[in-house]
Amino acid sequence: MARQLTFSIFRYNPNKPGDKPRMQEYSFEEFEGLTMFVALNKIREEMDPTLMFDFVCRAAICGSCAMMINGRPRLACKTMTINLPSRITVMPLPVFKLIGDLSVDTGTWFRNLQVKTESWIHTNKKFDPNALEVRMENKIAEQIYEPERCVECGCCVATCVTANIREDFIGATGINRVSRFMMDPRDERSDAEYYEVVGNEDGAFGCVGLMACADLCPMEIPLQTQLAYARRKMAAAGLKLQFAGVKIS
Amino acid sequence: MSAKHTHISDVLVVGAGLAAERSAIEAAEQGLSVIILSLIPPRRSHSTAAQGGMQASLGNVAMGLGDNPRIHLEDTIKGSDWGCDQEVAKAFCDTVPIMIRQLDAWGVPWNRVTAGKKKYASGVETEDLKEKEGLITARDFGGVAKWRCCYTADGTGHTVMFVVDTVVCKMGITVHDRMEAISLIHDGETCLGVVARDLRTGDLNVYLAKSTVIGTGGAGRIYAASTNAVICEGTGGAICLNTGLVPLGNMEAVQFHPTGMPPVWILMTEGARGDGGYLLDKNMHRFMPDYEPKKKELASRDVVSRRMIQHIRAGYGIQSKYAPQHLWLDIRHLGRKWVWNNLREISNIAMNFNGLDPAKDLVPVLPTQHYTMGGIRTNKNGFAYGLKGLFAIGEAACWDLHGFNRLGGNSLAETVTAGFLVGKEVAKYTLGATQKFDYKLVEGFVKQEEERINNLISGRNGKENAYEIKEAMGQAMMDHVHIFRTGPALQEGVTKLQELYRRSLKIGLRSSGQGANPELAQALRMPGMIRMALCVAYGALMRTESSGSHSREDFPKRDDVNWLKRTLAYWKPGADLPTLDYEPVATPHMPPGDRGYGEATAGPKAAK
Repeated sequence: MARQLTFSIFRYNPNKPGDKPRMQEYSFEEFEGLTMFVALNKIREEMDPTLMFDFVCRAAICGSCAMMINGRPRLACKTMTINLPSRITVMPLPVFKLIGDLSVDTGTWFRNLQVKTESWIHTNKKFDPNALEVRMENKIAEQIYEPERCVECGCCVATCVTANIREDFIGATGINRVSRFMMDPRDERSDAEYYEVVGNEDGAFGCVGLMACADLCPMEIPLQTQLAYARRKMAAAGLKLQFAGVKIS
Repeated sequence: MSAKHTHISDVLVVGAGLAAERSAIEAAEQGLSVIILSLIPPRRSHSTAAQGGMQASLGNVAMGLGDNPRIHLEDTIKGSDWGCDQEVAKAFCDTVPIMIRQLDAWGVPWNRVTAGKKKYASGVETEDLKEKEGLITARDFGGVAKWRCCYTADGTGHTVMFVVDTVVCKMGITVHDRMEAISLIHDGETCLGVVARDLRTGDLNVYLAKSTVIGTGGAGRIYAASTNAVICEGTGGAICLNTGLVPLGNMEAVQFHPTGMPPVWILMTEGARGDGGYLLDKNMHRFMPDYEPKKKELASRDVVSRRMIQHIRAGYGIQSKYAPQHLWLDIRHLGRKWVWNNLREISNIAMNFNGLDPAKDLVPVLPTQHYTMGGIRTNKNGFAYGLKGLFAIGEAACWDLHGFNRLGGNSLAETVTAGFLVGKEVAKYTLGATQKFDYKLVEGFVKQEEERINNLISGRNGKENAYEIKEAMGQAMMDHVHIFRTGPALQEGVTKLQELYRRSLKIGLRSSGQGANPELAQALRMPGMIRMALCVAYGALMRTESSGSHSREDFPKRDDVNWLKRTLAYWKPGADLPTLDYEPVATPHMPPGDRGYGEATAGPKAAK
C-alpha cells in the first residue's frame, strides 16, 4: 500500500507585511517515481499556490534547487521520496539570503564570490583569431573539468561550520573554484598572487577540516582533494613569501 | 503602484544564457553600458544543460581531417532540409572555429587529441597524428560528414556557460537576475526597452535602452513533455509577438530529440550515439540500420525520431514502468571507462532518476520535444523585423541557421557565434543611435501591466486556473502537434488551443498575488505561451508539405515549388489566431536537393 507522506515546509514571505516564519504541513499519498521536484510542484499547483521554491533544469545540472531536506542539503530535483521517511521536513538553505519559503538568493552570493576571488583566466596574451589554439594535454583538460563541474548549488556552503559563522568565508565551492584556475596552465597568476586572494582565513585557511562538504556535494566533486591541493599550494606560497621577508598579515 | 525603479543603459540584454551573455560582452567591449536581465542567475541558464558539444570544422581529430567551413555549411543546409538562411549559415560556419579557440583562451577545458591508433566501439579504427596531439578534438554527431563536435566530456554547455560568465564577471557587466521582462515598450516604430517584474519582490521596474536584445531561449515548455528546463516558456518571443508588429518565423519547426529519457524526459546526449551507442527494440534488435543503412543511428534528429516512432507503430516498442511505449539506448559495449568518463553526466542522470547504470543497463528513450527552430524573426545581422532597436539571438531567434531541422551541436555553437556576430551589429547600431523617451508612453506601458496584475489578483475577468490551463495546453500540443502531423489533428489542436487562449484571458489567482508570488508569474505568462503554441499549431496546419522536423502524413514530400518559404506569424490586437505571412528562402550556396539520408533516400523498411 502506498505511504501517506507529510511534508513539513518552512514558510515565510519577507515581502508580505506582518508575515511570520512558521512550518506548514501538506499531506498526500506517495506514488511511483516521486521526486521532491514533482512533490513541491504538486503542492503548489494543487494545494497552495503561494509556495516559493526554485527549479530550473530539474536534471541535477543547474544547481538551483538546493534545500535542507530532513536536515541535509540536497538537490531537491533528484531526491526521491522513496529514500526518505514518510515525514519530510523541508527548510531553505542557511547562509544565503532568504527570498521566501524555500527560495534563497544564491545568485548574488556566487557572483560576489567570482569577483572577490577573481575567478577568471588571468593572462597577458592577446587572443589571435588567426592562430591555432595553444596545445594542452588531454589529461590536464580532464583534470580541470573535475573542479569545473561545480554547479554552485550552495550545498557545501550550507553544511559548512565556518561558512555558517563567518560571513566572508568562500566555502568549499570557492576554494574549489580557485583551485580550478591554479591547475589551468592558461592562467598566468603566480602562487603569490593566488595567496593574496585565498591565502587567508576567509579562504584556504578558514576550513576546519570537518569535510561535510565532500560528503554532501551533489556532483560528487572530490572536494577534499581540491581543498588539500589549494591549502598545500597556499601554505608553500606563504612560507616562500615569509622567507623572502614579506610580512604576511 | 508605478514603476519602482527606472534603469537606463545603452544596451539592454534580456536573458543571460550563452547567446545573451556573449552579445553583452561584445557590446561592453565597445564601451557601451549594458544591463542583463535574467529570470535566474546566469550560470543556471538552460545553455548549461547542453551536453554533447559544439560543431566547428577544426579538423584535428583523425576522422575530421580535411574538414572545412564549406563541408560544415553543406551539412548544415542538408540538415535544415534547405530551410535555413544560407548566408547566415555561411557566416556561422566561417566564424565558429574562431569562437571555439577564443573560448579556449578564456578557459574552456576542451578535450584534446591524443596521438595513436584507436578502435572505437562503433567499429571505427583510426590513428590520430602526433602533429595534432594537444589540439582540440571532436566526436561524431548526427547528420555530419566529418567528426567536428568539440566537447568537454558531456558537460560542454556547463563549461562554456561558466567560462563565458567569468568574462561577464571580469568585465563587471551589470546583471539583474530574477527579473522578468513582461512587456516590450515601443512607440510603434522603435523599441525603447521593457517593463520587468522583480521576481524577488514583485515590483515592476522600467528598463530603457537604445538597443534591446532578446536572448531568452526556447519555448519547449509549451509541450507537456520536453527536455527543456522549466523556465523555457518562450517569454522573450511572447512579449515580441504581443506587440502585433514583430513576427515569429517558422514556429512550426520544432525539434524532437530521439533520446529523451522517460518518465522525466531529461536528455540523453546525441554523443551517446556519436560515440557508438545503438538503439534497440523489444527484440533487442538494432533497428536503425534497417531504415538508414548509411547513417544508421546518426542520421539527422528529425529522421531518427521519425524512424523510432515508425518502428514503435510497427509493434516493436517496449512497454515498461518508464513509459507505455519506448525504445532502448544501449551504450554498454562502449565499456565502463568510456561511459563514466566521456558520457558521465548522462550516466549520472540515468542513475539519479531511474537507478540505471548505462555501463551495464539499457536506458529507456523516446523522441521528446527538444528545440525551437523558430523564433523572433531577424535579418542576417540579428535585427528583429517590425521594430527598430530590437535584436534577437540564440534559440529565441529565427536568425535562421537551422531551417526545419537543427543539427546536433549547432545550437551551442550558434549561441556564442550569434552572440559575437550580432553583438557586433548591436554595438555598431547603438553607437550611432540616439533615443528619445516619451515618459507618458513609458508610463502607459507600466499602467497596462499593473492593470493586468490587478485584474488577475481581483479575479475581475474570471476565475480560470493558470496551472490547469497550462497543463491542457501542454497536452493539446502532445496530442495534435507532435512528430507526425495531419490536417484534421492539427485543426483539432488549433481549436482546442483557441478555446484555451480565450480561457487564459479569464485567469484569476487563487492566492493574494503579493510579493514574489509564483502563481502570478505563471498567470502573466499564460496568454503569451498559448499565442506561441498557436503559432506552432496553425503554422503547421497551413504548411501542406513535409520538411525536416515538420512531418505531415497527408503531405509526405517536401514541396520546393510551393513551400520553399519561411512562415511569419503575427498576432494582431484582439485576434485569437495568428496572421500568417510568408517570405522566400534563398539558396545562394547550395540548391535544394536530396539529403542523402531520410525517407526520400532510404525508404521505408520492409516489414519483418
